[in-house]
Amino acid sequence: MTRWVAPVLRALVTLAGLVGAWWLFSWLSAIPAYLLPDPPSVAAALWHQRSLLAWSALTTLTETVLGLAIGTALGSVCALGMVFSPVMQRWLMPLLLVSQAIPVFALAPLLVLWFGFGMASKVVMAVLVIFFPVMAAFSDGLRRTEIGWLDLARTMNASPMAVMWHVRLPAALPAFGPGLRVATAIAPIGAVVGEWVGASAGLGYVMLNANARIQTDLMFAALLVLAAMAIGLWVLVDRVLRLVLFWAPDTSVVS
Amino acid sequence: MSGTYRFETASGSAVTAPDGRRGPGPGPSVAPPGLLIEGLALRYGGRTIFENLDLVVHGGEFVVLLGTSGVGKTSLLKIVAGLARPSAGHVAASDGAPLQHRIAYMGQQDLLYPWLNVLQNVMLGSRLRRETGDAGRAMDLLARVGLADRARALPAQLSGGMRQRAAIARTLYENRPIVLMDEPFSALDTFTRARVQDLAAELLRGRTVLLITHDPLEACRLGHHLLVLAGQPAVLGPPITVHGPTPRAPDDDELLHTQGRLMRLLTAQAPE
Repeated sequence: MTRWVAPVLRALVTLAGLVGAWWLFSWLSAIPAYLLPDPPSVAAALWHQRSLLAWSALTTLTETVLGLAIGTALGSVCALGMVFSPVMQRWLMPLLLVSQAIPVFALAPLLVLWFGFGMASKVVMAVLVIFFPVMAAFSDGLRRTEIGWLDLARTMNASPMAVMWHVRLPAALPAFGPGLRVATAIAPIGAVVGEWVGASAGLGYVMLNANARIQTDLMFAALLVLAAMAIGLWVLVDRVLRLVLFWAPDTSVVS
Repeated sequence: MSGTYRFETASGSAVTAPDGRRGPGPGPSVAPPGLLIEGLALRYGGRTIFENLDLVVHGGEFVVLLGTSGVGKTSLLKIVAGLARPSAGHVAASDGAPLQHRIAYMGQQDLLYPWLNVLQNVMLGSRLRRETGDAGRAMDLLARVGLADRARALPAQLSGGMRQRAAIARTLYENRPIVLMDEPFSALDTFTRARVQDLAAELLRGRTVLLITHDPLEACRLGHHLLVLAGQPAVLGPPITVHGPTPRAPDDDELLHTQGRLMRLLTAQAPE
């Protein structure tokens, strides 16, 4: 009980501080409301447009989660394939590096053209953004298995599949964790950029439209919802990772 | 410089321990095979680590190979374990059957998998071979090494001595007639090491054991026969037989005498 009270309290204090500073600034400065709306008007927009925002958030969340799931699966399979087969590694790695050299955002209009205004193009966008960090972290982890663990498994006559499943895979999870955390943090960016370029739903679409109509309060509201969604998703993934990696020493926790 | 050394079976090193005590679990029911190492050579980047190495370990004997660091002890043991290939020569079992599936290996670190608890680590072989494990026997072994109450603990929650005892239980769970050990106790403090040595001597009785170490005291406490690997390229010195049952007390006359002899021999060989 007391273990989660303190961080939640800290987050609330930080949030209150930020909102207070924002309020004070918008009140003291002469910036007009259509450039910087104050907290009450954003709260009002949040309330009045709640069904639009909720629906849009659901769209963006679905895109993000689908992109995250597909990207993680694809990145993991690629990492496994490259560790299993050096031939695959030699052919695939340069290709992947080239794919990363092209800014994904520059591809967004093309993706919308290919995959349409619907969800598919945003999911592909999110997949492209997160694929590489997941694959790089996981293949790195798979490659750095303690030699002694592998030797021991060999003296116990483990098959290559058993070694992969029972030794290399669990041993790679601590390296996979940070990759997945980064992926979770940047997956919404992929989805929102996809929505900016061309969409008929989603938070990015709402923000783009609100911006064009100088509905800054709605834009701020959408931004808040997006931030809350991204943070929620990240916390969820972080919790799951901590559960799975219960055995790995977490040196980031000081106390 | 090299020759084949054959040992007479030392008293007290027969398959069944003199007091009739059997190893834990089913144990080796028939006489364990010995190890035949013939003409072994290892070259590494143009450098010869050792060559023409011949060694016979009779079934049920505890042989200790001593050497200073960098002399190729670990490489030799990895070759015997089938983990590395020699440049020349071969390793076989004295009964002619293949060595595979008959060797258990214990390395310098405990090599416990951190994501498995102690019991799961002991039963690792079953897990890796996709067999149904024998949890009852694993628990018996944990009781023998004094870890029955820590069966559900993670390795990270154990002390160094406990981890090494868990590793011994894991080695015994494999129930292989031949056991290879690579400085298994070198990471422990002196007193913990002495206790774990006692345990190892007791539990490994009746198996064919080849242990390597750089510690003369450890060699004299545990081994029926001691061999010194030294020089460049390394060659095996003549075997030194230590009499009396193991584990020997640290103030045993025979032990003290042999230890002194080994110290002189190894200090002269040690690289600066």
